[in-house]
Amino acid sequence: MPGLSRSDVEHVAYLARLGLTADELSLLEGQLNHILDQYTKLAELDTEAIGPTAQTIELENILREDVVLPSLPVEVVLDNAPLVRGGYIVSPPLLGEDSGR
Amino acid sequence: MTDLTRLLAHEMADRLRAGEISSHDLTLAHLDAAEAGNHALNAWLTIDRAEALRQADAADTRLAARDPGAHPLLGVPIALKDLVAVRGGQCTAGSRILEGYVSPFDAHITERLHSVGAVILGKTNMDEFAMGSSNEHSAYGPVANPWDLETVPGGSSGGSAVAVAAYHAPLSIGTDTGGSIRQPAALTGIVGMKPTYGRVSRYGIVAFASSLDQIGPFARDVRDAAALLHAVAGRDERDSTSAPVAVPPELLELPASDDEAAAGLKGKRLGLPREYFVAGMDPDSRRRIEEAVTGLEGAGATVEEVSLPHTDYGLATYYIVAPAEASANLARYDGVRFGPRLGDSDVLGNYLATRGRGFGPEVKRRIMLGTYALSAGYYDAFYVKAQKVRTLIKQDFDTLFDEGFDALVAPTSPTVAFRFGAKMADPVAMYLSDACTLPVNMAGLPGISIPCGLSEGMPVGLQLIGPAWSELELFRLSRGFEALTADAAWRSMEPAQIALTTDPAQPTPTERASALASVP
Repeated sequence: MPGLSRSDVEHVAYLARLGLTADELSLLEGQLNHILDQYTKLAELDTEAIGPTAQTIELENILREDVVLPSLPVEVVLDNAPLVRGGYIVSPPLLGEDSGR
Repeated sequence: MTDLTRLLAHEMADRLRAGEISSHDLTLAHLDAAEAGNHALNAWLTIDRAEALRQADAADTRLAARDPGAHPLLGVPIALKDLVAVRGGQCTAGSRILEGYVSPFDAHITERLHSVGAVILGKTNMDEFAMGSSNEHSAYGPVANPWDLETVPGGSSGGSAVAVAAYHAPLSIGTDTGGSIRQPAALTGIVGMKPTYGRVSRYGIVAFASSLDQIGPFARDVRDAAALLHAVAGRDERDSTSAPVAVPPELLELPASDDEAAAGLKGKRLGLPREYFVAGMDPDSRRRIEEAVTGLEGAGATVEEVSLPHTDYGLATYYIVAPAEASANLARYDGVRFGPRLGDSDVLGNYLATRGRGFGPEVKRRIMLGTYALSAGYYDAFYVKAQKVRTLIKQDFDTLFDEGFDALVAPTSPTVAFRFGAKMADPVAMYLSDACTLPVNMAGLPGISIPCGLSEGMPVGLQLIGPAWSELELFRLSRGFEALTADAAWRSMEPAQIALTTDPAQPTPTERASALASVP
């Protein structure tokens, strides 16, 4: 399995929305490749005919009554937001000229 | 006069009911112990004296009513890992990215503990987002092990384990995604159980890896751990993975008599998986496990060597599945709706700054691994492959339990507690600390770690693993083993450096860790 290059590490950091320093990127390049080396062990196993397991306790489709239950008051939830105005959370623009992208 | 902190939870319950002590005095004794010991141990991130005493007084009022149906935890102090939501309190998950967050609601287990009348003393230290095996990955500093203050308590629930081992609380709550209850229980000489996946509702718990995470109890004996599981287990509509499986009332009726408990081992069929005696396992820890097996056989259990052939693939499988799920779960920490918002540019710039500076190194490493494993072109090679191997790991266990084994017996950890810094430079070495515990999470099974002696003065844990929903049987077997070893000298020993933990002149765990790091 090919290893991760420095630019691969930078790309994954971008996908994960992690702003990393040059030192962090260098350290991670070495560490991630060391960890990926451990993954190669799985190639020893023939899993062609094996189904994947995503959940272990064999429950299916537990539904509840479709009724409205009390939820938290808006002002209580907004108490944790870094910036609030008029009952809304304020964030920088996502689209348009001011979005920066 | 008895030191109230040395009592077991069920002894506290007896005295509370008899009116010999009050929950107020019991709670005060534990708050004093926690505050006195926290400088040297750093087990607690917050201790809420006023709120704990308010709960204790409410418990005393309920105790005065002498309700025969009251839960044994009524009036008994408990510690919660700081990823359990408690309304009006902090919930940092050991991370800077949740600094300042105040929970607007109670977790399901918090509601349960309030309803049985347990007294919540505060929140305990942990590896950031429960990622770690030594508690050195907490943003709020490492935790010291009271058996040797230069060693780690294990992780990620290191603070919860030490709070119980150091007599700050008789009970605590942890979470276990790959060993985060059982491994610290082993390293600090106490009892810790990871229940079956789905046994306890995770509503209000900070998520790490949703197909693996489970909540469980720490205690200083088996009966206390069973009583705490009884209090928090059961179906909750707000967690769709919590299972509609009855919680056995017998969890509160484990034998008090050692003779009766040991007699329960007769005729039990136990498997000893040879793959769990991994390369690099400490030989003296191995001897403790072998002595435990001899003891179980002496009590009439049969122990057969068995094989779990895919054990060796567990580590790689786990370190694909868990980081993949974590990278998705931790996407919510974006600095928009809660927590600190760093950066002052556009949305992307704020994300990069908030997440880049808010998460610590281990969390970033796992998010990177998970993002990579789920990214286009690698999803099948890593994530799907790992989920298929997960099927094989689960089938290994299913085969043995279908053959009629009551439980498997294994080491909990390949080694006793290690020194600060010993594994910090090599993530893979740290990950190997969980080699004996993480296959159990991969298969969704219950596992318990119970003390089985000392190796060079440090605790060794014996792990019992059972089929799904067999917690009661695991507790009975564990109670049997506890009874067999009731007279062993190590049973009555307190953590070797407990006396030092209340000395304000002692270094903090952070100071000890940096002193050790500067030794070449």
